[in-house]
Amino acid sequence: MAADGYVDHAPGYVANEGPKIVTGRFGYEDSHRLARFEATGGYEGLLRALALAPGAVHQQVRDAILLGRGGAGFPAGVKWGFLPPGRYPYYLVVNGDESEPGTYKDRLLMERDPHQLIEGCLIACYALGLSQCFLYVRGEMALAQERIAAALNEAYEAGYAGRRICGTDFSVDVVLTWGAGAYIVGEETALIESLEGNRGMPRLKPPYFPAAVGLYGQPTIVNNVETLSNLGWIMANGADAYRRHGSESSPGTRMFAVSGHVRRPGVYEVEHGVTTFRELLYGDNFARGILHDRELKAFIPGGGSAPWFFPEHLDLPLEAKPVGAAGSMLGSGAVVVMDETTDAVDAALRLVRFFARESCGKCTPCREGTTWLERILQRIADGRGRPSDIDLLLDVSDNISPGPYPAASDEARGLAAVAFPPRQTTICPLGPSAVAPVVSTIRRFRSEYEARITRRDAIPVKAAS
Amino acid sequence: MSRLTADNEARARRIMALYPRPKSALIPLLHLAQSQDGHLTDEAVRHVAELVGITPAEAAGTATFYEMFKFHPVGRYLVNVCTNISCALLGADDLVAHASAALGVKPGGTTDDGMFTLETVECMAACTEAPCLAVNYRYRLRVTPNDFDDLVAAIRSGDIDQEIPHHGTLARVHQEIPEGRMAGISSPEQARAAPAWMAAGAEGAG
Ligand SMILES: Cc1cc2nc3c(=O)[nH]c(=O)nc-3n(C[C@H](O)[C@H](O)[C@H](O)COP(=O)(O)O)c2cc1C
Ligand code: SF4
Ligand code: FES
Repeated sequence: MAADGYVDHAPGYVANEGPKIVTGRFGYEDSHRLARFEATGGYEGLLRALALAPGAVHQQVRDAILLGRGGAGFPAGVKWGFLPPGRYPYYLVVNGDESEPGTYKDRLLMERDPHQLIEGCLIACYALGLSQCFLYVRGEMALAQERIAAALNEAYEAGYAGRRICGTDFSVDVVLTWGAGAYIVGEETALIESLEGNRGMPRLKPPYFPAAVGLYGQPTIVNNVETLSNLGWIMANGADAYRRHGSESSPGTRMFAVSGHVRRPGVYEVEHGVTTFRELLYGDNFARGILHDRELKAFIPGGGSAPWFFPEHLDLPLEAKPVGAAGSMLGSGAVVVMDETTDAVDAALRLVRFFARESCGKCTPCREGTTWLERILQRIADGRGRPSDIDLLLDVSDNISPGPYPAASDEARGLAAVAFPPRQTTICPLGPSAVAPVVSTIRRFRSEYEARITRRDAIPVKAAS
Repeated sequence: MSRLTADNEARARRIMALYPRPKSALIPLLHLAQSQDGHLTDEAVRHVAELVGITPAEAAGTATFYEMFKFHPVGRYLVNVCTNISCALLGADDLVAHASAALGVKPGGTTDDGMFTLETVECMAACTEAPCLAVNYRYRLRVTPNDFDDLVAAIRSGDIDQEIPHHGTLARVHQEIPEGRMAGISSPEQARAAPAWMAAGAEGAG
């Protein structure tokens, strides 16, 4: 049954009020077909781009200040500038591995508007002189793979992809490829390893960007699905029009998935920077408040890897800088909301277990540390915790992320502000990600841990639904 | 116990032709092998390794890293229930318990008739539609115990065979580049020159 505001064929997406840059076609049942795409301004951005010199297209993207939507929020135009001149071939690898806990947007973009993504890929290839594009889709997403395959077939047939695109001398192959189940493959260097046919383990840094050394050792641009999905609109409407939405340092819109204990969970296209968490969680246009009129206990602002926020953070804007300064990150646009009945230890355990399962095993502090964190949390949750376990959790955490862990300033708790990201002893940020829920919950809900350890009677581990 | 069939081998070669290096096709070819037998047999892994030009040990080394590849037979229907945070907040544990009781197997187990394997999995990117599950990677959202029973009944009766293929089959629509439309795939070594539209100079590709 379709709940209020739902479109059956795009489950989860809520067509709220506000500018629609990437979700504009979701309301059409046939939004994934070429005919609908063309009838609604599709491939206009590509045609505009082809009429410009490649460098001018790059400049438009730079001017738009298009921030990466995969997690780190790095401006695409700047990253593109890191390609070393003349070291051809260059490649484009599209990151469609979406698997950060709480994140749901790239799958919708791939299933509902695959041509919009393909158009973005083509614009990037044209602007930068990329020789081939690999569209890497998470293995479990069978429908996304089918939709992209069908869209590519249509695009090739119609002359939008492949040889002599739209009759010009721009030629590039866009190839659909897919994974087989491993969260860590979302990390860009692991993604490249996977695409080379290897175990998906992150590469040692530096080099920090695959733009220098990537696929087959060649300069490679890795961009997220949502990032690329913005390019058609930017080219069709111009960077100035794009910058009229959102805030000065974070223009445009962003997709946010709001999940957990809210009245209207869903995926919303939200104006970047100008909306606050309070509006997103409580606003009539968005999630409409906490389920069953309960109190908010905590929320995760940017996916399972992000340090937690609490009611006092509700008035922060959805913008990278202030969220980072407050000790967390916007990450992948995933807001997980927990009401007062949520068990902090159990919630932390869910996330830690995830990171322990998904650690690729390359670094000792991550491989051993996440396993220990899970074991200790499990025994606390089972009522077998030891009084020293809380310190042990913090000690293991400190081995993975040494030094002060990110925090918003909080006088009551004697915390000075420490900005995100944390320091790490590991090759990639997965290790420190496992620390986030542990430190966040111990700092805030230490008494719950203590109660679990000393009382030893079973507390229901599940939040009421 | 089988190598790829002639048809599948032909398809494997078409897939390999899309990559600058054949080994990059390894994961798609392993999926192809899994779609043939429902899981990865030693023979199929060896055949795939042969095709992409690596040792069987290297192919197995990659394959075992990825969760979707199964090295033993699993049920014809793989039921994956998400137990990560957003789903846990809205009753994923109850759904797992119900599924477990309804199928008569613990997570990780396969029913005696070989129809169903039950697994708990991590976030499937459907978090706003919790609790959710997938059967052979076809999603079911906001699943109640009743929904689950209906789904199992529909599968057992064969009513939704069209929608949910047997385990191993992933996408049923494939990328097929029409004759003469391909830009041309070359190895990195063969592609050192600036692409045509970059070499052409400043005025756009038009
Ligand atoms: C552990 C880990 C998992 C990641 N998972 C994803 C992912 O699923 N999708 C994604 O786009 N980026 C993911 N990233 C970020 C990528 O490494 C990379 O920054 C991003 O794809 C770049 O694209 P963007 O600049 O367009 O955001 C992940 C990073 C880490 C460290
Ligand atoms: S931090 Fe963890 S996941 Fe990342 S490279 Fe090291 S072991 Fe692998
Ligand atoms: S947490 Fe279950 S789908 Fe994301």
